Amino acid sequence: MDKFKSVLTRDEVAVFTLRALYSEYGYERYKMSKFEEYDLYARNKDFLVSENVITFTDTDGRLLALKPDVTLSIIKNSKDKPEGVIKTQYNENVYRISGGTKSFKEFMQVGLECIGNVGDAEISEVLLLAAKSLDSISERNILEISHLDIPESVLTYCGVSAAGKKNIFSYLAMKNKDGIKSVCEREGLAADKSELAVSLVDIYGSPEAVIPELDKFRVNEKASEAVDRLSSLTATLTNAGYGKKICIDFSLVVDMKYYNGIAIKGFVEGIPSGILSGGQYDNLMNKMGRKSRAIGFAVYLDELEKLSF
Amino acid sequence: MKRFINIALPKGRLGEKVYGMFEAAGFECRDIKENSRKLIFENSELGIRYFWVKPSDVAIYVERGAADIGVAGKDILLEYSPDVYEFLDLNVGRCHMAVAAKRGFVDDKSKTLRVATKFTNIAKKYYSSLGRDIDIIHLNGSIELAPILNLSDVIVDIVETGATLRENNLEVVEKFEPISARLIANKSSFKFLSDKIEEIRTGISKQIAKD
Repeated sequence: MDKFKSVLTRDEVAVFTLRALYSEYGYERYKMSKFEEYDLYARNKDFLVSENVITFTDTDGRLLALKPDVTLSIIKNSKDKPEGVIKTQYNENVYRISGGTKSFKEFMQVGLECIGNVGDAEISEVLLLAAKSLDSISERNILEISHLDIPESVLTYCGVSAAGKKNIFSYLAMKNKDGIKSVCEREGLAADKSELAVSLVDIYGSPEAVIPELDKFRVNEKASEAVDRLSSLTATLTNAGYGKKICIDFSLVVDMKYYNGIAIKGFVEGIPSGILSGGQYDNLMNKMGRKSRAIGFAVYLDELEKLSF
Repeated sequence: MKRFINIALPKGRLGEKVYGMFEAAGFECRDIKENSRKLIFENSELGIRYFWVKPSDVAIYVERGAADIGVAGKDILLEYSPDVYEFLDLNVGRCHMAVAAKRGFVDDKSKTLRVATKFTNIAKKYYSSLGRDIDIIHLNGSIELAPILNLSDVIVDIVETGATLRENNLEVVEKFEPISARLIANKSSFKFLSDKIEEIRTGISKQIAKD
C-alpha cells in the first residue's frame, strides 16, 4: 500500500480504509452492477437526497434509472430476514444533482447496512463504526446523535397538532427558537409546555452534559424508553473512547416516513456540511413490505476534497 | 493557532446597525469604522473576523462555511432555504413580503395571474398555497415597473413603508410574511465552535430591541 500513498487521493485512501474497517466487522461487499427500474426510486422519492433521477429505456422497453441511492437496492435485493442479521457494505457511484451547478454529477459513496433482527448490539456496532469512520477521515470530528421518538413524544405530549408538528420540526432543524415559540403560541400551548418544546433546541452537547438533562423528556413510556436507549448507546460509545466526539442533538431531523429511532450525522472540521448520514429505517422496510428492521449509514466522499489540511 | 470566528455582515445601512449590536455585545473591531477599501477586519484578541458582503450573498457564505455565522434577511432565507441554523430574530430591518398591484386591481381568477418578482420561490409557494395558477416573471430590480407597463398583473416584493408603491400609483394587496434580519450559523462550524458561537448569540440576544 505504501508505494501507492503518493498517488492516491484523499477520497481513494478513505474508500480503502473504510472498506477494510467494515470487512473487519464482518460486513460483506455488495456490488451493484445492474440497473433498477425507475419505479423503485419514484415510489420512495422522499427517501432520496435529491429527487431527480437519470432515466433511460432498456432494450425491452422498461424504464430504468442510474442509481441515485444504494440503500433501496440493497433492501430490494436482500431476503427478508426477521431472524439473524445480514451485514452489507458497499462502495458505489451514485448520480444526483449537484448543488451549485444544478446538473447531474457522479458521487462516490461508501456505506453499510445491517438488516434483520436489529437489536441494541447491532445498533451499537453501527454507531461505533460511524465514529470510527469519521476518525479515519479526520481526528477533528463530531458524530451527532438523536433519538427521533424523543421530540416526537414531547410534541405529542404538549398537544401539538399534526400541522403544528411539521412546522416545529422544520424550525427545530434550524434551531430556530423564535419559530418554535410562535407555533406554540398559535397552537395555544400553556407556558410550561411551550418551554418544554423550546428546550428541544437548548439541550444538546456531549452525553456527559446532556443525559442528566433528558429526564424532563420522559413524558410517556415511549419517550422514557428512547431516553434509556440513547443513554445506554452513548455510554457504550463513551466507553469505547468516543465520548468527546459525540453530540446529542434533537435538531437532527429526518423524514419519519422512512426513519425511526436512532438518527446520526457526522461532521469533520473544515467541511461545511455533514459527510456521514444515517440511522434506523424500519419504517422504510415496512413500506417495502419487509418484516425485518434495519440500520445503516453512508459516507459522502466527494466532500473530502474540501479538506485543506 | 487560534481559530478565528468568521462573521459575514450585509453591506449597507442594515449591516452597520447590526455591527452596532455586535459591538455593544462586546465583539468590537475598531478598524471596521474607518472608511477604507479593506474587505476583511480582524480583532485578533477576541479571535473574530468580520467581512461585508452583498446582503443576498450572506447565506451562501454561511452555508458553504466561508463564514461561521452571519446576518441575513428572512426573505433570502425563505427564497433559497439554505441549510443553516437560524438562531435569532434580530428585530431590525423589519418589513413584509407582500403582493402589490395597480390601485384598484381586481384579480380575474379565470386567467393565469402574471407575477413579477425577485423572489421566485416565495411567490410560487405562496400562490400554490392559494391554489392559484400563475406565471412567474423573474426580474432583478425595479419590480414596481412591471404592473405599470402591463408586464405583469401583480408583483411580489418586500414592502417597508409603501412609499415607493404609492408614488407609482400601486398599492399593497396583501402582506403575507413578516421579514427581519436573522443571525444564522453554519451547521458544521457550530459543532466545532459551539462555545464561542453561543457566547456571541447570548451577547447579541441581549441587544435585541423589544417591540
